[in-house]
Amino acid sequence: MPTPSPLPAINGADTAWMMVACALVLLMTPALGFFYGGLVRSKNALNTMMMSFAALGAVGLAWALFGYSLAFGEGSPLLGGGGHFFLRGVGLEAHGSIPHLLFMAYQGTFAVITAALISGAVVERMRFGPYLAFITLWSLVVYAPVCHWVWGGGWLGSLGALDFAGGTVVHVNAGAAALVAAAVLGPRRDYGRQALLPHNVPFVLLGAALLWFGWFGFNAGSALAANATAALAFTNTMLAPVATLSVWMALDRLRTRKTTAVGAATGIVVGLVAVTPAAGYIGPMSAILLGAVAAFPSYYAILHRSRTRLDDSLDVTAAHGVGGLVGALLTGVLASAVWGGKDGLLAGDPAQLGRQAAAVGAVLLYSGGASFALLKLVGAYAPLRADRRHEGLGLDVPQHGEEAYTSGEGAILVLPEVATPLDSPAVSGLAAEAPLGSGA
Amino acid sequence: MKLITAVVRPEKLPEVLEALFKAEVHGLTISRAQGHGGETEQVETYRGSTVKMELVDKVRLDIGVSDPFVEVTVDAILHSARTGEVGDGKIFVLPVEKVIRIRTGEEDLAAVTPAL
Repeated sequence: MPTPSPLPAINGADTAWMMVACALVLLMTPALGFFYGGLVRSKNALNTMMMSFAALGAVGLAWALFGYSLAFGEGSPLLGGGGHFFLRGVGLEAHGSIPHLLFMAYQGTFAVITAALISGAVVERMRFGPYLAFITLWSLVVYAPVCHWVWGGGWLGSLGALDFAGGTVVHVNAGAAALVAAAVLGPRRDYGRQALLPHNVPFVLLGAALLWFGWFGFNAGSALAANATAALAFTNTMLAPVATLSVWMALDRLRTRKTTAVGAATGIVVGLVAVTPAAGYIGPMSAILLGAVAAFPSYYAILHRSRTRLDDSLDVTAAHGVGGLVGALLTGVLASAVWGGKDGLLAGDPAQLGRQAAAVGAVLLYSGGASFALLKLVGAYAPLRADRRHEGLGLDVPQHGEEAYTSGEGAILVLPEVATPLDSPAVSGLAAEAPLGSGA
Repeated sequence: MKLITAVVRPEKLPEVLEALFKAEVHGLTISRAQGHGGETEQVETYRGSTVKMELVDKVRLDIGVSDPFVEVTVDAILHSARTGEVGDGKIFVLPVEKVIRIRTGEEDLAAVTPAL
């Protein structure tokens, strides 16, 4: 059915690439589930993975109903309006060179993973219901406004802060919320007393691999077109983590004489986080430099954190908060108009670094404060923490009624009671004769 | 000499080990076990199937001790493994005919840790 396109502004190549990019970013949330799931103890594996998977449902829905409009609807410099609530006016018309609908879906995948990132700070102790309530509210009260400030026509965008794919919107934002959430929830009861070891390091590596794969959609897709800027962001998404990984492995080796797998997975994620705000603004050699430099603060932040009472269990603050902050600031240093964006410090505009710092500071303050208020709000309705016994048992069985690794021994099938269908004597006769569970 | 066999909750194991080490009981064997001690079954759901888990994960400790250490060991386990709810487990104290340390061929009292 070759009908001429009624919407000539829409470009086929751009649309095709953005559909792929959208699917890639969506994959990052389950990938995060594997990354986080592998890092916790086996008795909390399902709970931890579900914290990511469930975000796809709850936050994805909140995005379509309200979040998109609050982030990208016509509004004030502080918040989008309600014009696109329930996806009103989000149709096949062009938004840039892709259908508006696709733009909404693509941005939705960002909201989902940003909220899911926070879960790493509260695993193994937060109750599932309050967690879901918190991240869903967070996606509307924190993510959507911050997204509006930077990308939706808000004040940080007008200020000239550069954030190509979400160093500030996604990573600093989630990192600040994670720090606050870890502090509000308090440490796990065993934290600092027992070794809390990752139960499945291959899952961690698998998660890191899928995150990297998905991140090509995250960064290169943020060009919103299949163009040269997308190719630049794509290449930088490969090169920066390559450098971070190399430095991370070297640091590991210098410190303990061993290169760890969990360290390698963490290094990849930190590199990806750091290049996110810079991806479409800096050259490839700058990306390598940025990736290498970004390894240091996060590496030492993780080492330091584990010696404190702050149980940011999976180091969301150190990896995403610190990594995002470093990336956002280095964007202001390394950005170059030669590569299509604006000039940073090294290219002759030191003020850009100040604009970057202002954006990071504003997001840190707002996300930290609002996350604290939301946790207190949710906590006023239901306890945030699982009780002592459930924490000891692991949250999989008490919260989800399932085990990640069950032998099945001693499991007895509970047969459903056969309701007597009063209105159908023939069926009830059959049911009476057939033994329970015979498949009748 | 006695063999002390204790069945405890897996989540209490770190505390039990800590208590035993503090009581200077250093030689022990643990194994994962499943059992049933009258606790209410935990109910799980997989798609449409609801199942009752009749067997609950437990950890079993086997400790060979000299007579003066029996009470110390039992006390350590008793205080560290208890939650007060059904399913805390049991401690069995059994007589032992002979103990031989494989490395040295030492027997009986010389072979249990700690030797007195």
